[in-house]
Amino acid sequence: MTTAMKYRNDFLGEVEKNVEEGHWVRMCMQCGVCAGSCPLGNAWAHPPQELFMMIRAGKREEVLSSDSMWMCTSCYNCIVRCPRKLPITHIMHGLANYAHRLGLAPKGQPTRETATLFWNNLIKKGRVNELTFSLALYFKDGFVQGIKNALNMQAVGLGLVKAKRLNPMELLGGHGVKDQAGFKAMIEKARQIEDRKKGFAK
Amino acid sequence: MSASIATSQTILVVGGGISGMTAALEAAECGQQVILAEKLPTLGGRTALLYRYFPKMCHPTCGLEINLKRLKGNPNLRIMTMTEVAAVSGTRGDYTVTLKVKPRYVNENCTACGDCGNAVSAQIPNPANYGLDRIKAAYLPHGMAYPQRYVIDPSIVGTPEGEKAKAACKFGAVDLGMQEETVELKVGSVVWATGWRPYDAAKIQPYGYGRIPNVVTSVEFERMADPHGPTGGKLLRADGKEAKNVAFIQCAGSRDENHLRHCSRICCMASLKQTQYVREACGEEGKSTIYYIDIRAIDRFEDFYQSVQNDPTVTFVKSKVARIAFNEETGNPVLHGVDTEGYHRYAAEHDLVVLAVGMEPEVAGVKLPEDIVLDSSNFIEGSRSGGMFGAGAAASPLDVNRAVQSATAASLRAIQVIHKTASTEAA
Repeated sequence: MTTAMKYRNDFLGEVEKNVEEGHWVRMCMQCGVCAGSCPLGNAWAHPPQELFMMIRAGKREEVLSSDSMWMCTSCYNCIVRCPRKLPITHIMHGLANYAHRLGLAPKGQPTRETATLFWNNLIKKGRVNELTFSLALYFKDGFVQGIKNALNMQAVGLGLVKAKRLNPMELLGGHGVKDQAGFKAMIEKARQIEDRKKGFAK
Repeated sequence: MSASIATSQTILVVGGGISGMTAALEAAECGQQVILAEKLPTLGGRTALLYRYFPKMCHPTCGLEINLKRLKGNPNLRIMTMTEVAAVSGTRGDYTVTLKVKPRYVNENCTACGDCGNAVSAQIPNPANYGLDRIKAAYLPHGMAYPQRYVIDPSIVGTPEGEKAKAACKFGAVDLGMQEETVELKVGSVVWATGWRPYDAAKIQPYGYGRIPNVVTSVEFERMADPHGPTGGKLLRADGKEAKNVAFIQCAGSRDENHLRHCSRICCMASLKQTQYVREACGEEGKSTIYYIDIRAIDRFEDFYQSVQNDPTVTFVKSKVARIAFNEETGNPVLHGVDTEGYHRYAAEHDLVVLAVGMEPEVAGVKLPEDIVLDSSNFIEGSRSGGMFGAGAAASPLDVNRAVQSATAASLRAIQVIHKTASTEAA
């Protein structure tokens, strides 16, 4: 990248256009209340205030590959305290989603992996299959680790089966919404809308 | 020719702080008839409660004294204290105002000798020190009070304490039978110089004002520094310890959509000024830290900002403090936040924390005449019919200097209204 290109960089514009609630980023006045109010603040490499400044400074790679926005637990303390009422929680999720779709989000980030497994499980039949979802989580780090995880959770699993909170038959496909075709069409339409809004439409 | 008929050449000025006094004086000195109505027992307003002015660090008593001398010598001016406006009707050039005058229980025979105060033992929170200390229930509001006349607090009227005050007075000045009066007047124009009040710091939940010891507001700190204040000018905490390491939190309530959406404009300069109180009290041992979003030392005040920046006892931290915790062992408040110059997380302990609270219009939440137009922060923009004006801190968050300019401008507009209606009448 040449120096001239660096100066022409318009990452803020890109965020405003493609990231959910991204148009709020330029309203940040860098007071630091969000960073100081975040209960998990010390676990973040870059608090929201810093992320906003990095966006404005055009640090595209650093922002999109950061794991900071994946640390947000949606407690909404920052939104409540922000003197300018920026929807900070939503911007964090918007940034995470955008980075994920671009494939720039950090590999192996636990929130990202779990969210991906959850989504993939959900869109199969329109219902979350808790058994296959749990198994997918157990085995995400390989077969041996998966067996270990399953054995560790054995007592809980059997307890759930006894209490009729877990049906072993769910392993054979499981239940779903009645109108499978309608569900698929709805997801497809939603995907099209989102692609258009976030700049992924072909 | 014209339907407009002026019925009064008089200007009513509401509020006797620095803006109201200025507006009233300017008009009266132009030869207009002026009534100055003040809610409290004395003129001077919040200006009289300041220890020093920025940027010259001189005392407000000086300017007040000049204004009081002008007031006393002016036959065009009538001053009514303990008076509130109950209603305004009519239109530009022809208003009817209803004033409610509360009883002072002391008449004009009072010589301010203080015998009634000595005789009484009941006490009330001292309004001149924001309730930080207590005074006798028969009192002179403060040293610069005008009129220099005692006030009997209504809480002792009809009690043996009240009778003690009456018996002690050698001049027959105590009149416990005084009643509230209603006065109706015709005026041509009204100047609203109703001023400001400090934003209620207890509403800023994370700062723990009222919950955490040694967190005070800037107006309270101002009184602490004043030799006539509750601590005799010493910067003492509630536990008696001298505060040497003082933090100032800017934008406490201001520039915040959850509190006051406007910038109160004076607080940066007030805190810069107050760092010099710490230096005055503790010398080189004193330590002031200003936590800020950005310092707004407008126009010529930049010089003062620079001189404070060069003071080695003053540190600046670019960060709005997120919350205040409390260290039980030291009794110190602990400030938590992240700074904007490097994004460092801090937990800073100070002896005392001063919240630079914002300016809220005194009329916020008060029902004003329909004709009055307010902005989104409840400052007075003017009136639809053009006969009433805001002046000073009632119109915009202003320091004393700018409040006086604003009051002079409002006074001129009021005079124009009187002259216009008078000339229409003549035609």
